[in-house]
Amino acid sequence: MNSGYAVPAVALVVVATVLVGAFGLRISRTTSDFYVASRTVGPRLNAAAISGEYLSAASFLGIAGLVLIQGPDMLWYPVGYTAGYLVLLLFVAAPLRRSGAYTLPDFAEARLASYGVRRLAGAFVVGVGWLYLLPQLQGAGLTLTVLTGAPDSLGGLIVAVVVVATVAAGGMRSITFVQAFQYWLKLTALLVPALFLVLAWQSDGAPRHAFEEPVTFREQRVVRVDDSLDLQLARPLTVTVTGTVDGRPHDGERVRLPTGTHHITRGTRLAFAEGTAVPDADRGTGGGMSTSLVAGREERPLYATYGLILATFLGTMGLPHVVVRFYTSPHGVAARRTTVAVLGLIGAFYLLPPLYGALGRLYTPELALTGDADASVLLLPDRMIGGVGGDLLGALLAGGAFAAFLSTASGLTMAVAGVLTQDVLPARGVRHFRLGTVLAMAVPLAASVLVGGLPVADAVGLAFAVSASSFCPLLVLGIWWRRLTPPGAAAGMLVGGGSAFMAVAATMAGLPAGGPLHALLAWPALWSVPLGFLTMVLVSLATPGRVPPGTEAVLARFHLPEELRAEVKA
Amino acid sequence: MPGQDPAERRVVVTGPPRRTRRASGYYRPRTEIDEQTTLGHTYVRSLMRTQLRAALAVFAVLGLLIGPLPLLFAAMPDARRLEWAVLGFCLYAPLVLLALWYVRRAERNERDFVRLVEDR
Repeated sequence: MNSGYAVPAVALVVVATVLVGAFGLRISRTTSDFYVASRTVGPRLNAAAISGEYLSAASFLGIAGLVLIQGPDMLWYPVGYTAGYLVLLLFVAAPLRRSGAYTLPDFAEARLASYGVRRLAGAFVVGVGWLYLLPQLQGAGLTLTVLTGAPDSLGGLIVAVVVVATVAAGGMRSITFVQAFQYWLKLTALLVPALFLVLAWQSDGAPRHAFEEPVTFREQRVVRVDDSLDLQLARPLTVTVTGTVDGRPHDGERVRLPTGTHHITRGTRLAFAEGTAVPDADRGTGGGMSTSLVAGREERPLYATYGLILATFLGTMGLPHVVVRFYTSPHGVAARRTTVAVLGLIGAFYLLPPLYGALGRLYTPELALTGDADASVLLLPDRMIGGVGGDLLGALLAGGAFAAFLSTASGLTMAVAGVLTQDVLPARGVRHFRLGTVLAMAVPLAASVLVGGLPVADAVGLAFAVSASSFCPLLVLGIWWRRLTPPGAAAGMLVGGGSAFMAVAATMAGLPAGGPLHALLAWPALWSVPLGFLTMVLVSLATPGRVPPGTEAVLARFHLPEELRAEVKA
Repeated sequence: MPGQDPAERRVVVTGPPRRTRRASGYYRPRTEIDEQTTLGHTYVRSLMRTQLRAALAVFAVLGLLIGPLPLLFAAMPDARRLEWAVLGFCLYAPLVLLALWYVRRAERNERDFVRLVEDR
């Protein structure tokens, strides 16, 4: 990869982001502009902004990488990300906008008239937001390292600084323009190279074995193993080894490895012959976006698939950066139409990552071994087209990837900063919002430097599972069920979201080594979502005296069309 | 109403003070909603039920569309290309169509409700 083009591309994206943000700053004047862009964002602009915000690094680079390593089952991720918006539209979009609240904690307080539930919802928003910010920063670092060899934390630092500057300066109004701009940038950055890559694929004789399992090498290829790993061989493998395998040194000898697990020491070179199947690599928690710690997939693929579907379908509605966007629509009808437009925009975008995944299986199969599968999207133009053209297309992709980090990180920072300003910092106002922005970004940045090594796919999955088991019951029951009580809501969020959080935390710590318990903990949504709903319903039914007195009026406000509403609120 | 300027609409409804309308002896279900009487709550509940029914209907279709797919793929491990085609390209258009269908239904429900309570 030639960094001579990629670095200017990334720099251009950063500068354009700051410029578009500054343009927003000129028309962002009031506090209302700051938090919700004065609620005047039309469906088309808002839909592009929501999509731009939603399509994170996990979508831009991660899906192709996951498909490369784990096959087409991973395509459930983009399907779930999209279908989540349909579920959000069905149950939440219009009433949420009509509730007239700024953030999720505002919604909790408006619906349940309880400060305690508000604080709890705020804590969950900040927690989920930070969890989701961490992989964005790490992904940015990873991309910059792949492109230029810069130190790991530099990319994260750049993203953090640019995001804090745009958000703190212009707030929601400015961010709306930035996000909308970045959606189109991301789509272009993925679409244009895809066209050229498909042409290159056709002139290559249109090979079709991408869809077969397992992935095979199309030509002889030498793979350098940068980090020690364990190879799982389902059948014997003949390979030319320069380095150390199973503790025995080799120097360019052809070695026949029998079925089983083999330890490859770092620095070893493996030369695979044409047509050899790419073996499964097990590198534990090595980091990177597409490596997953969740080995439960192989053990219970069906259970895992359904867990993934449930988490993404129901988790989208509770993501803090998604929800805050709906308050910027002028009214409930616009909120609905915005959601339909978002579905169209995201759906169009997600047609592309599977294409990159399939091409990645054809042309960069060795990345599954070296653990850089996320770089597959970035490396394809160089591998398939080469020359200046390949470099330019690669630079375009790098710029798009950076736009993905920037936009998702901005939205999350915006949401977390909103909650911090309103519920944690003492006074309200634009000045404190800026302080909140710095705080919202400082914690995950520090964590990414100190902790490191939380794979993007897992962190994103964790955020979705926690959101699906805590905010989904709160929103759905809060909007449609009049007997919900504050103790019920608090208990449901704590039990559902808390247990999902503990389950994934335990998996990441490597607690249950295997078996059914491991699969249950690694994909918690299938039991934690019903648990959250059940707790919320049962505790609410057990405390009938605590139904807030204004419930009927509040629900009327959620559901009545705006033209009837002006008098209801009197 | 969609298609109308929202700001314009709001001006109209906040216009005449409520008391005047009651004094005219002109009864409308809308007054019940505004005054939050039991009858008014019944109107709101009926709207909520219609909207929830619309949402659940579309959700059920979504479930029937998506639910069997993992089982289907597990039952046919050799049909890799089918899995690629369905998950990669064929599901997004139905999702958008379902969304359009729901929005039409929800907006029609709201229009009917407004017509009912405005008694026109």
